[in-house]
Amino acid sequence: MTVAARRRWRDVPLAAALLGPSLVVLVAFVLYPLGRAVWLGQQRCNVQATKCRSVGWGQYTDVLKSNEFQSAVWVTLKFALITVPIGLALGIGLAVLADKHLRHIGFFRTIFSSTVATSVAVASLMWLFLLQPSVGVLANIGWLNDLFPVIKEPGLLNDKGTALTSVAISSIWANLGFTFIVITAGLQGIPRELQESAFVDGAGGWRRFTNVTLPLLSPTLLFTTVVLTSRAFQAYGEIDLLTNGGPVPQQSTTTVTYLIYGSGSIIKSNEGLKAAVAVLLFVILLGLSALQFRGLGRRVHYGS
Amino acid sequence: MALDTTPKGWRTWVRYALLASMAIIILFPIYTTVIASLKPGNRVLRNPLVPDSFTLDVLRNAWTQGRLGRYLWNSAVVAVIVTSVQLITSIMSAYAFSFLRFPLKRFFFAIFMATLLVPFEVTLLVNRRTVDSLGWLNTYQGLAVPFLATAFGTFLLRQVFMQIPKDLNEAAAMDGIGHWGFMREVAVPLVRPTLGALGLFSFLASWNQYLWPSMITTEDDMNTIQSGLRLLRSSDLDKPNLIMAGTIIAAIPILVVLVVFQRQLVRGLTAGAVKG
Repeated sequence: MTVAARRRWRDVPLAAALLGPSLVVLVAFVLYPLGRAVWLGQQRCNVQATKCRSVGWGQYTDVLKSNEFQSAVWVTLKFALITVPIGLALGIGLAVLADKHLRHIGFFRTIFSSTVATSVAVASLMWLFLLQPSVGVLANIGWLNDLFPVIKEPGLLNDKGTALTSVAISSIWANLGFTFIVITAGLQGIPRELQESAFVDGAGGWRRFTNVTLPLLSPTLLFTTVVLTSRAFQAYGEIDLLTNGGPVPQQSTTTVTYLIYGSGSIIKSNEGLKAAVAVLLFVILLGLSALQFRGLGRRVHYGS
Repeated sequence: MALDTTPKGWRTWVRYALLASMAIIILFPIYTTVIASLKPGNRVLRNPLVPDSFTLDVLRNAWTQGRLGRYLWNSAVVAVIVTSVQLITSIMSAYAFSFLRFPLKRFFFAIFMATLLVPFEVTLLVNRRTVDSLGWLNTYQGLAVPFLATAFGTFLLRQVFMQIPKDLNEAAAMDGIGHWGFMREVAVPLVRPTLGALGLFSFLASWNQYLWPSMITTEDDMNTIQSGLRLLRSSDLDKPNLIMAGTIIAAIPILVVLVVFQRQLVRGLTAGAVKG
């Protein structure tokens, strides 16, 4: 063996020992299940999922064409279109508002960050207690009910017009702490001199914001958008706790993830269909991240 | 400065007014939850916004009846295992990808990176079957093992390792301290800040897991705090203040963690924002 070849192989035992554990976990719990889900997607199983048989790859197109799947994709899209832009705008607004050396500003920053400590279950239960039509807080404030009868009958979470928006609001609230912290960190990374020179050049507050702050903040905003979008597409806990995918029969809050895993889901007892939906969700998310990085990535300004 | 009467002072007051009103809106759900958890059951529905009576019984009941202590313990065990093992496996694999020569290195790295594209929601379905066939339903192994390795952590640490000059590693080999010595003396100390951020990120992610524990837990003893809250919600909706008390108790530990690890928080949250 030549010296070069020996060097090439010398590290192999150590590399195997170092990579082995990670590789086993990633293959067993990420790659294998992905492949297995693709295979399961063309099978039909009995209720206990003990026996499955192939029904052909056409099952994927059947799922794609089904009303249930299309409605779930539409609900998910609406959910993302509400939560991402509003969450982002609020995050920017709060961060800019608190980005000033004022007395007690630390106190306000702590409050604005506070929801980062709430898990999806904690946040959703807090909102459940606000919105629930019999024991909820809003339902027990008299004048509010006179103004908006929907709060009590049938309840904001039970009305097909307001259910998704209500879940979205609780989700925006729960993510606001995260968004605020990340954007604040981004703002603090912008050199003050740039703001000041724009000020000297006579740029007003709004022009300084749109011409200096926003472009320099764009990497942070891209990151936040990507995270918020993926959270929206994977939203599950808030729907499970607040609406169970309902109100029925419109399934106004059944997102794609809820369609796969929800206890109130229509395909609850069919492993094959669930796998097909999961694989399609994967494809959608892949397409989406490609889109985000191409479309938004081009506009992002990475300063030196 | 705040008492300044120039236009600038006036603007400051507007800013304070905006800050205060946003703070009130954000705190509102937390405020109503705290109020409810401190009121006796028969008073909750009356004046939900006013703290007109006070008791600690509800919190006490939620703790005992809801078995929250057990749930919190389970969450802590799982999150600590997942976080510490993830840090170790990430250091190991990042080290291999940065300092070792072996065939198919690029291929293996590509496999690691490919797993980043696969969201949990797609794999959990099959993972439940796997965990079931291993007999791991209702166990700590079942809750933790699928998350013991992370391509994300590997990538993050590799980024830092790659900045260490190769010569340094070769010099270490000459000196006879070997890879183990180099890892302990040079590589790991260098990534310590990144490890802090990654650790907090992993801990929060594990602690906040909701879907997975609800999927593989059928015995009450093995619920984490998140799946436990789900159980509390489905069993006790007629006692809203009990649920609210449970919610408060569930939120406190993570609040403490965040206060203690404040310095890692921003980097932990933005750990994914790697400039590429």
